[in-house]
Amino acid sequence: MPLVEGRGLVKRFGPAVAVDGIDFAVRPGECFGFLGPNGAGKSSTMRMIACVSPISGGSLRVLGLDPRSDGPAIRAQLGVVPQEDNLDTELSVWDNLMIYGRYFGLSKSVIRSRATELLDFVQLTDRRDSRVDPLSGGMKRRLTIARALINQPSLLLLDEPTTGLDPQARHQLWDRLYRLKRDGVTIVLTTHYMDEAEQLCDRLVIMDGGRIVAEGSPRALIEAYSTREVVELRFDDEGLHSSAASCLATFDGRVEGLADRFLVYSSHGEETLAKLTADGLEPSSALVRRATLEDVFLILTGRTLED
Amino acid sequence: MTALAMVRIVEREAEVFRRLWRAFVFSNVVSPVLFLGAMGLGLGGLIDARSRGIGGGLSYVEFIAPGLMAANAMQSGAGMSLWPILGGMKWIRYFHGMVATPVRARDVYWGELAWSGLRTAVTSSVFLVVATLFGGIHSPWAVLAVPAAMLCALAFSAPLMAFSATQETDLGFPLVFRLGVMPLFLFSGTFFPVSQLPSAVRPLAAVSPLWHGVELCRAAATGSFRFGPIVAHVAVLSALVAAGAWWGTRTFERRLSP
Repeated sequence: MPLVEGRGLVKRFGPAVAVDGIDFAVRPGECFGFLGPNGAGKSSTMRMIACVSPISGGSLRVLGLDPRSDGPAIRAQLGVVPQEDNLDTELSVWDNLMIYGRYFGLSKSVIRSRATELLDFVQLTDRRDSRVDPLSGGMKRRLTIARALINQPSLLLLDEPTTGLDPQARHQLWDRLYRLKRDGVTIVLTTHYMDEAEQLCDRLVIMDGGRIVAEGSPRALIEAYSTREVVELRFDDEGLHSSAASCLATFDGRVEGLADRFLVYSSHGEETLAKLTADGLEPSSALVRRATLEDVFLILTGRTLED
Repeated sequence: MTALAMVRIVEREAEVFRRLWRAFVFSNVVSPVLFLGAMGLGLGGLIDARSRGIGGGLSYVEFIAPGLMAANAMQSGAGMSLWPILGGMKWIRYFHGMVATPVRARDVYWGELAWSGLRTAVTSSVFLVVATLFGGIHSPWAVLAVPAAMLCALAFSAPLMAFSATQETDLGFPLVFRLGVMPLFLFSGTFFPVSQLPSAVRPLAAVSPLWHGVELCRAAATGSFRFGPIVAHVAVLSALVAAGAWWGTRTFERRLSP
């Protein structure tokens, strides 16, 4: 039985439709992702799963229960890392965990022993008595993760977990999430970073404009929608760029023209690049790389994730 | 469920209070005591020398002690329901953390309301002791002024918390104080009997929640109860709490679980 199952799920805010009839299922033990640009409806979906936003249509089951009638019972088994930090800045690091555990009705002795372990897990033991405000963005995120685990949740929800973090903090956070995954925690996350989705997700759906446009494992999605490799061509000169556009128009295969570069899709990148230069194309720089989920999104929607 | 969740929210507020109680003592205890000293003893000395007491033979300090107690309850009830609520919703956002747990939006409302009542009970008790030392209280019935002050605070907190949950900024809050709290503070029988008001505006006192609170506190502080008016005052204040709670459970729900 799936831990979370949405069918024709809809979220409306007045006349605006944020989530427009999506179907998905999260299996126990997997890391499931919602990938898409800002405004795709990922966070709205997440908030419905977290039972803090009533559904507007369709159906949703979380942990076998109905969010409309069993919200508190479901939330008792969820760990939530929201997009926007909501740590209690009037409390210390330690008290954030103690007080949060109380919201779940846990006894103080249980919370104390879990909080000690969790601070160790997120590497914040030495900041135990610190206030929250002076912590770095990465530390705050890790504290939020510790807080989300205080009730030993069956399902961990992370909304844009690494947005706004520097690369080192991101990797540190990913490392903690790998460990949770290895320990069998089911994770649902949203992200607009394709590398994050590739790193963490066993399966994911790509969302755009409130709808799901593709679904599968990162590898399967790339195989289904993209070629194995991509040749990136840059032309520093405006004239060269536009003449390259007409030259590439005759290329036998998919070409995506972006503002600053062309992406040429090919199963054998080096050969394609050699052929294109032999045909007289003179890019300022050229790069052959593996296709990513970013390419899948571009091919499916004609836009990049950062748009 | 609600009762338990309320206790947990009160626990959180009490934990923060434990760290910040010094600042709290200054604003909620020291300043009303200064008022009591200046008005009750200073101005009161002048008034008592020229008249034979007001409102049924009370000295001025006896008259304003329960009045200030109710007014202080109003200010603390209002103050706790404006900035701190928007803070929990929007600036610190810790209410959003609460509702991600089994706690529901309406539990947050009830918990915050309970905390407002509880804190007013504490300040009112301290004020009562100080007022007794100043010679403003003589009846043992005065202990009942504490629950009366609490009810008065809740009558302000309940609707104002509901209102705060609908606000995006705190721009309206100073207006609540300037156009609401301040005039009520001055004209609700706190410093002089409402019978002194021009007859045209006198009936307006009856719609001032503070006047009902002041009357209840004064009845308790002087130990002079008349059944009918007591019931009416309690009914008016309770109705405000009930209406506020009806509204507040909705605005909190809309804001925290959209």
